[in-house]
Amino acid sequence: MQPAIEITRASRRFGTTVAVDQLSLSVAPGEIFALVGPDGAGKTTLIRLVCGALALDAGELRVDGIDVVRETARVQAAIGYMPQRFSLYPDLSLMENLRFYGEIFGVPRPEFEIRARSLLDDFALTPFDSRLAGALSGGMKQKLALACTLIHSPATILLDEPTAGVDPVSRREFWRLLYGINRTGTTIFVSTPYMDEAERAHRVAFISRGAILSCGTPAELKEHLRGDVVEIVCERRGEARRALRGDPLVQSIEIFGETLHALVASAGQAIPKLTERLATAQIADARLRQIPPSLEDTFVARLATE
Amino acid sequence: MSTTTVRAERLTRRFGDFVAVDAISFEIHAGEIWGFLGPNGSGKSTTIRMLCGVLEPSGGRAEVLGYDVARDPEAVKLRIGYMSQGSALWNDLTVAEHLRFFAGLFDLYGAAQSAAVTEWMERIGLTERRNQLAGTLPGGFRKRLALACALLHRPPMLFLDEPTAGVDPVSRREFWDLIVGLADEGTTIMVTTHYLDEAEHCNQLAFIYGGRIIARGSPRTLKSAPDAGVTVEVLSPENVGLLDPLDGLPFVRSASLYGSSLHVTVTDRTQLVALRAFLTEHGVAAPDLTPIAPSLEDVFAGLVGTSPAAGGYAS
Repeated sequence: MQPAIEITRASRRFGTTVAVDQLSLSVAPGEIFALVGPDGAGKTTLIRLVCGALALDAGELRVDGIDVVRETARVQAAIGYMPQRFSLYPDLSLMENLRFYGEIFGVPRPEFEIRARSLLDDFALTPFDSRLAGALSGGMKQKLALACTLIHSPATILLDEPTAGVDPVSRREFWRLLYGINRTGTTIFVSTPYMDEAERAHRVAFISRGAILSCGTPAELKEHLRGDVVEIVCERRGEARRALRGDPLVQSIEIFGETLHALVASAGQAIPKLTERLATAQIADARLRQIPPSLEDTFVARLATE
Repeated sequence: MSTTTVRAERLTRRFGDFVAVDAISFEIHAGEIWGFLGPNGSGKSTTIRMLCGVLEPSGGRAEVLGYDVARDPEAVKLRIGYMSQGSALWNDLTVAEHLRFFAGLFDLYGAAQSAAVTEWMERIGLTERRNQLAGTLPGGFRKRLALACALLHRPPMLFLDEPTAGVDPVSRREFWDLIVGLADEGTTIMVTTHYLDEAEHCNQLAFIYGGRIIARGSPRTLKSAPDAGVTVEVLSPENVGLLDPLDGLPFVRSASLYGSSLHVTVTDRTQLVALRAFLTEHGVAAPDLTPIAPSLEDVFAGLVGTSPAAGGYAS
């Protein structure tokens, strides 16, 4: 099957900075593919290259088999792109914003009416269709931006950190919409700083300094983690962290919600020794257990070895 | 013993007919990290802007470091650090130029200025990008720069409005190490965030919803509140696929991914039977439904889900 997105040794420099460095990856039709990486890793540049908003310095890029460099206009008609700062017109209503994007993409009138109505319904925006976009809450703006991205029924959508700054409940609802869109066959290429969102993707690429560190399903990526994760629950987290930081058994120790996650070579060996060490530091209430690694553990460990 | 850094009494702000902040009262003590949580549009930024002296209250009053925000806004502005959500950076100034400019605004010149600029660039990880134009900085670095600008004059009170939105997990940890360090040095911090794992670092939390504070307390008190429901952890390879069907069940208050496990909150213990039946039917063998301490995200979703106005909020 022809990939929805095929990136072959793509490079892009800004002055002396190499933002994307001979990067290759392929996204299958119907996949939800998440791009995660530290700030400045090249996620936004990569997405902008794929949608033809930026020119490649070297390499090749194809969307649905169409060459992005040679046939930019054709690619742009076939994809939806939601940048970090999506332009909604605050003084236009929801419906007028949709119509604006519909006209840009040349969606015929009768088709537009049906499409716009069904998107507003699916996104629970119909009651607000005549409200000005400027008067919408953050979560609703994101939903409207997504609807505008989908107005011309693209086969593939590119979303650049669509949920940054969106509250947890709205974020969850946004992902439910993405699942709904994906079920109808739309390919989703999305960058996110939220690891729980990456857990929801079919495949994930960790990117750093413009190159892919690892790529696979969330389960595959977790298998690559060398070592075990030990969860530590105790009252004085900060002190416990200081007591164990720098311990030869502990590769890293990080705060994770209300617990600590320590990365060790072997949980079986480490748990009794770390319990002892904590007791020496007057932390007697610590409960330690091995847990399956989260994608965030994997990501943090992978970056530490960079 | 502790001194009050911020005191708000029935603080209110209206925009036309819309009541953005509805008579809220609270105190923040010196050295506290005070977390302000709530959905988008619930009144968090409006409250912060009033406390910073940049937006006039429509009712009630507030004092910051002993100065009334309505009567003496300039005195407040000089003594606080404020990192707004849409941080005002100039695209055509470099990182170092921004820092020098902000240092000048707070009367730092000469050797004191260079020392402050060098120190904060180092502490916040901006040294490598000192000559880069702000307009070309990735999102996370723009946040770092905005934070550094707010810290140059070592304010005793710091307002941070979503300092880590769009920041990667590793940098988020560095941010919080820094924030906790500042609090240890005696800085009082009021911070909003949508990352509820970050809220665990706060001494006190307040949930605001529709302009009113609907819950408050330490992270621990909030999680053990009697109406927090019962949360269980489900470990299954099919976690993601279970999420949507679970959320649709009438007895499930919320279901969310937490790391690689699934947290399911039901209203009370009796509903665990129905939950077990559902999970078994969906191929989770012998699910362990021992209640766990809920995460703040579970509490948050529960609060919003049970609030009378919640139906309209998510849409």
